[in-house]
Amino acid sequence: MSADLLRLTIELALGDFSLFVDEEISAVGVTAVFGPSGSGKSTLLRAIAGFQALKAGRISLGRETWHDQERGVFVPAHTRPVGFLFQDARLFSHLDVAGNLAFAERRSRGAAVNFETGELIDIFDLAVLLNRRVDTLSGGERQRVALVRTLLTRPKLLLLDEPLSALDRARKAEILPYLDRAQAHFSLPTLYVSHDIDEVAHIADQVLVLVDGKVTMRGAAFDVFEHLDLAMSDSDPDAGVLVEGRIADHDERLQVTRVDIGGDALTIPRAAHLQEGTLVRLRIRTRDVALATVRPHAISIRNVLAGTLMELHPAGGLGQVDARVRLRGMEVSARLTQAAVEELALTPGMEVFALIKSVRLAVS
Amino acid sequence: MPDLSPVWLSVALAAITTILLLILGTPLAWWLSQTRSRIRPLVEAVTALPLVLPPTVLGFYLLILFSPASSFGGFWLEVTGETLTFSFTGLVLASVIYSLPFMVQPLTSAFAANGRSFMEAAASLRASPLDAFFRVAVPLSARGFVTAMVLTFTHTLGEFGVVLMVGGNIPGQTRVVSIAIYEHVETLQYADAHVLSAGLLIFAFVVLAAVYTVNRRSSVHVG
Repeated sequence: MSADLLRLTIELALGDFSLFVDEEISAVGVTAVFGPSGSGKSTLLRAIAGFQALKAGRISLGRETWHDQERGVFVPAHTRPVGFLFQDARLFSHLDVAGNLAFAERRSRGAAVNFETGELIDIFDLAVLLNRRVDTLSGGERQRVALVRTLLTRPKLLLLDEPLSALDRARKAEILPYLDRAQAHFSLPTLYVSHDIDEVAHIADQVLVLVDGKVTMRGAAFDVFEHLDLAMSDSDPDAGVLVEGRIADHDERLQVTRVDIGGDALTIPRAAHLQEGTLVRLRIRTRDVALATVRPHAISIRNVLAGTLMELHPAGGLGQVDARVRLRGMEVSARLTQAAVEELALTPGMEVFALIKSVRLAVS
Repeated sequence: MPDLSPVWLSVALAAITTILLLILGTPLAWWLSQTRSRIRPLVEAVTALPLVLPPTVLGFYLLILFSPASSFGGFWLEVTGETLTFSFTGLVLASVIYSLPFMVQPLTSAFAANGRSFMEAAASLRASPLDAFFRVAVPLSARGFVTAMVLTFTHTLGEFGVVLMVGGNIPGQTRVVSIAIYEHVETLQYADAHVLSAGLLIFAFVVLAAVYTVNRRSSVHVG
């Protein structure tokens, strides 16, 4: 079965801000809508859900048209088959947890997709919370209940609006596995809005980068992350590449874990909870990579990899240059100064060594 | 022991006024809490007028409006065969206007606190706007409803100036408890005045204390 297409032609204005989006998104897997605060990510999601008036445009999923300004078609929010998870959960405090779930379940009977409440309660470990009042739940628990309540609307499309941004780091780590479970069990097409690059790196198959109300880049997560520095308006400190590798082994004495990325070995702080052979995603930020023309010795940096300089191009800041380097199994970017490029006489094609100061594990 | 029929008349007036205002005030309060219309401040001002006007001003204009000589009063007489001035029905109409802000303001703040975002949440869970209003917005605003109804009831119970202007002092028709107290004092029957006054004072205090205790943690303000 081929996936439905989510067709978005959206033009809207909110005060001084305007949003222009003209995209076709294959409704399969997780598409992250990523960008800085105020770039229009949530507004885009709200327009798809039917909470936001358009100046002009059209929104459709497969053969269902939800909004067509020109022909005067507007399907009201409560009849669109989308599930919307709000940043602030918005549980109903006059109902307990079970009541909140029942509210959604009762109104979606007969939907094409069928999830049973009991099944969801098992998968998301909600049995112990069912009789709790919602104002006694922790932030993480609230968001978990809200996620299940959203799934119980039996949607064709899941819209997650910064579902983790109201949570601290520990709570995020608690919820992320549940989002993964939702994907694993129900594989619902999902739009995931976030400004947190680690979340996006963790969860996204596709990424759509939105800056100042316009899509600046779009594609498979790995491609987009490689060029994120180009997609962001300012030079973003989080620009970098996303790579995938396998856990090779753990060194208990030195407290490190080695990850194999197509022949390149990277050393990261020990991640004992991941078994050997596990597929992991790693992010290497452009500003964490330096270059040398000879292999440095007597250096504290553990990850020094040989490669070929592919290209140089101006970076965000004045006098800054980003260098692309092809290693054995991946490509990385390095942020250099113009002065360094001239002093080392760097030119494309040269053999160089990439000094990688830090690597971030995108899987918790 | 004074004649207690003014007490029951006051209670009937307050109860009917509260029910009518619940029906009329709820949609008005919802509209005020959700609208971005430019005429909202004007509607808010009109709603709040009874708070600041002397009851005599309100009573004076209502008297003119209710008079069979006016088009509204004349129409009412023609349709119902009854005059609005110096009648219980006239008192009910006057009280609905006089107590309007006491119903609308607490409801508006309750709806504003629980309104748009929860209506969106309900819509995302497939609830139609009407369904969402009754199943989400109303129950989430339960405290606001209690406050609004109690304040409307007690305020109507205590009204005097408007009643005197529009209703006069007809036993069984318009002689509510506040008028009865006034008359007892005028005729120097202090003992009867004491019984009714103390009763009203204690009732009002107990009810308000109960409401503020229940609402201790919510932020419903009046006035």
